[in-house]
Amino acid sequence: MALWLTRSKLGHHLGRKIASLDALRRSPFLDPVATPRALDCPDGILRNLRSFCSIQSAGARSDDACDTQQVLDFPGGKVTFDAEMRFLAESSVDRINCYRVLDDYGQTISGSRFQEVSKEVAMKMYSEMVTLQVMDTIFYEAQRQGRISFYLTSNGEEAINIASAAALSPDDVVFPQYREPGVLLWRGFTLQEIANQCFGNKLDYGKGRQMPIHYGSNRLNYFTVSSPIATQIPHAVGAAYSLKMEKKNACAVTYFGDGGTSEGDFHAALNFAAVMEVPVIFFCRNNGWAISTPTKEQFRSDGAVIRGQAYGIRSIRIDGNDALAVYSAVHAAREMATSESRPILVEALTYRVGHHSTSDDSTKYRPIDEIEHWRTARDPISRYRKWIERNGWWSDAAESELRNKVRKEILQAIQIAERVEKPPLSELFTDVYDQIPANLCEQEKSLRDTIKKHPGDYPSDVPI
Amino acid sequence: MAAALQMAALVSSLSNLITSGKSRPGSLIRSPAGRKGGILVVRSDGRISGGFSASPRGGNLIANAVAAKAEAPASSTPSKSGHELLLFEALREGLEEEMDRDPRVCVMGEDVGHYGGSYKVTKGLATKYGDLRVLDTPIAENSFTGMGIGAAMMGLRPVVEGMNMGFLLLAFNQISNNCGMLHYTSGGQFKIPIVIRGPGGVGRQLGAEHSQRLESYFQSIPGLQMVACSTPYNAKGLMKAAIRSENPVVLFEHVLLYNLKERIPDEEYVLCLEEAEMVRPGEHVTILTYSRMRYHVMQAAKTLVNKGYDPEVIDIRSLKPFDLYTIGNSIKKTHRVLIVEECMRTGGIGASLRSAIIDNFWDYLDAPIMCLSSQDVPTPYAGTLEDWTVVQPPQIVAAVEQLCQ
Repeated sequence: MALWLTRSKLGHHLGRKIASLDALRRSPFLDPVATPRALDCPDGILRNLRSFCSIQSAGARSDDACDTQQVLDFPGGKVTFDAEMRFLAESSVDRINCYRVLDDYGQTISGSRFQEVSKEVAMKMYSEMVTLQVMDTIFYEAQRQGRISFYLTSNGEEAINIASAAALSPDDVVFPQYREPGVLLWRGFTLQEIANQCFGNKLDYGKGRQMPIHYGSNRLNYFTVSSPIATQIPHAVGAAYSLKMEKKNACAVTYFGDGGTSEGDFHAALNFAAVMEVPVIFFCRNNGWAISTPTKEQFRSDGAVIRGQAYGIRSIRIDGNDALAVYSAVHAAREMATSESRPILVEALTYRVGHHSTSDDSTKYRPIDEIEHWRTARDPISRYRKWIERNGWWSDAAESELRNKVRKEILQAIQIAERVEKPPLSELFTDVYDQIPANLCEQEKSLRDTIKKHPGDYPSDVPI
Repeated sequence: MAAALQMAALVSSLSNLITSGKSRPGSLIRSPAGRKGGILVVRSDGRISGGFSASPRGGNLIANAVAAKAEAPASSTPSKSGHELLLFEALREGLEEEMDRDPRVCVMGEDVGHYGGSYKVTKGLATKYGDLRVLDTPIAENSFTGMGIGAAMMGLRPVVEGMNMGFLLLAFNQISNNCGMLHYTSGGQFKIPIVIRGPGGVGRQLGAEHSQRLESYFQSIPGLQMVACSTPYNAKGLMKAAIRSENPVVLFEHVLLYNLKERIPDEEYVLCLEEAEMVRPGEHVTILTYSRMRYHVMQAAKTLVNKGYDPEVIDIRSLKPFDLYTIGNSIKKTHRVLIVEECMRTGGIGASLRSAIIDNFWDYLDAPIMCLSSQDVPTPYAGTLEDWTVVQPPQIVAAVEQLCQ
């Protein structure tokens, strides 16, 4: 529309020379049917544009000329013209609705539709959520005691962790950010393996090379955590591409927070996934905070879910503290992703009850009563517990038994992990390449020589 | 596929038998006993042939291969048969052969599919292999490199093309933090056999952003291997070796070398990634160079020969790690080194090479190492100014004369 107005001004200034009309004729945006007629009466077009006139005053020109100009055949599809200048609003009046199954009291909302879950799966979900919660508490305290150097909790996001993992198959490949150890727990990673990684001992699969909580297990299809934010999102798209090529009945899943949606990788990865039509689930844990940055300083869009549509991706917003809603949504998303080979965006609304990590004190930037409210009134575990108790599957006795058992197991795992040797010196140089090159051999030799000369300066508990 | 697996198994079992260390063709290990033979002529039916045949029997055949190699200038001795092609066609041939051999090899990049690649390296591949395997990506280098890394961790062998190496600066995070690192930080659980390639170097008035020498920025990333091709023969061989390597490899091509023509063998061959190429043996001075500067050096060599000098020219090819074996042998013979590179003076390949030579071969040097490189300026657009930022043959001649005083 704007193009026409510009050209009309041009025509007027040039005194309606033929050149400008030739330009009009050659314009790709001109409906070829209309052009020849328009040229018969050059004044006509320009007059038409300058006055917001109706078709009648066109005279010799037929109605066809104006009608066919209403639709533009443009790459990507037909676009209807609009005589009114309308800007799309920056936000809609209503926010996108949030899918929820259980209310705050653990009762299924009447009329809600959700994926049925068997008693075994439901109970396993609950017990893993409790395990995750207890594990987080104990490891956090262990860090405070100086036994490990760093830890990062998933307080408040247990439902997201466990319920989403429960809805996936073991073949689905997971690309986590760092707040999803529950997915590993669900798949069978033991508490001892968790402790080994946090203590960086020689049984750690990462061979002591990464900070605590940077778990990785190729056996369980859980890709090693990498600290920079959102770098895993394009990886997931690449993995989905590989799955599509192999025609495997599996999808890639990647998790990230609200902060991660600001990274460039997020946008390009979503765009690619949509263009390539690959089976990937983008799971955004919108927990309200990116360290100290609240979501209103992170983005001005209606959360992450609205962005899915911008990239041509089917999206849904769910209540992240509702285990059944998370389970159902991920189950449905996986179905769509694998059977239709398309990406799905799931935004789970939740709250980061704990601090960002052990290096953070969130009371400095948010009110304590807000944290307490979400810790107690909106706790996903107690909400889910009410539901399973209503089904007659749980009791107080079972609860304390479970918590005690898990607590003992974790403390024991920590004690054992603490005492296991650290990885030997040679592991400093392996795995940089598939086989150790000459320069690293030299460097290892040089390091060993130094240690031999100054044994007192070298830690005694690290094997050489 | 089965044939390919068989051949791969044959090759690897062969090398296991014949080496004392853990070396495999194309791998990084350097057994202290000596180098393994670099060029394997592997026939497509699985037989090993060529002058460096390594039969499964016998002990230290590696030593023979090295000795034989020194006599015959290994690089471009094409047989009288063979076919002529341009460098970009050689790259394509290598890529196509690898894609035929291993269905996991895939290509991703901007305009690589239907358009055939900005420099026609992937022309025709999309029609042959389909547009999923030769994938056109939207314009987001960091993300499609990340995608390649994710696909590689799942078992594919992607070849990521940067339309120009300079654009890969946008992918630096993925290349440095993930590509180079994930094999290490995952404790060896996930490997990344990715190849990242593209044209770089100073072209003809392409402007500063399109004339980047990325090898200097990437050279300190641990976990990466870097190679630079300069002739159709080594382009095809290095492309194949890079794809077969289990490590992430960055293959540097040069914008101005794509139309070089050469006759290359019809038989299949794979070059060694860590090896340098002896271009011209000599006695007086060792000239180390790579990529386009090789041609400037060879031009200068003609002048030098007329003036009575006998330069030994080595195309180092492997930028990370350096082939200190070949380089060292040369220095022990000539005692004088001149490095000619296109990188900038500060932090370039020449700077690292110089320091590596000093560390290892100090006692063999009769003169300080000279290094000719571009100035520390962005490459200007004006043709005359651009010419002055690139090392020219007369400068090389003058440097050799100075070195040999």
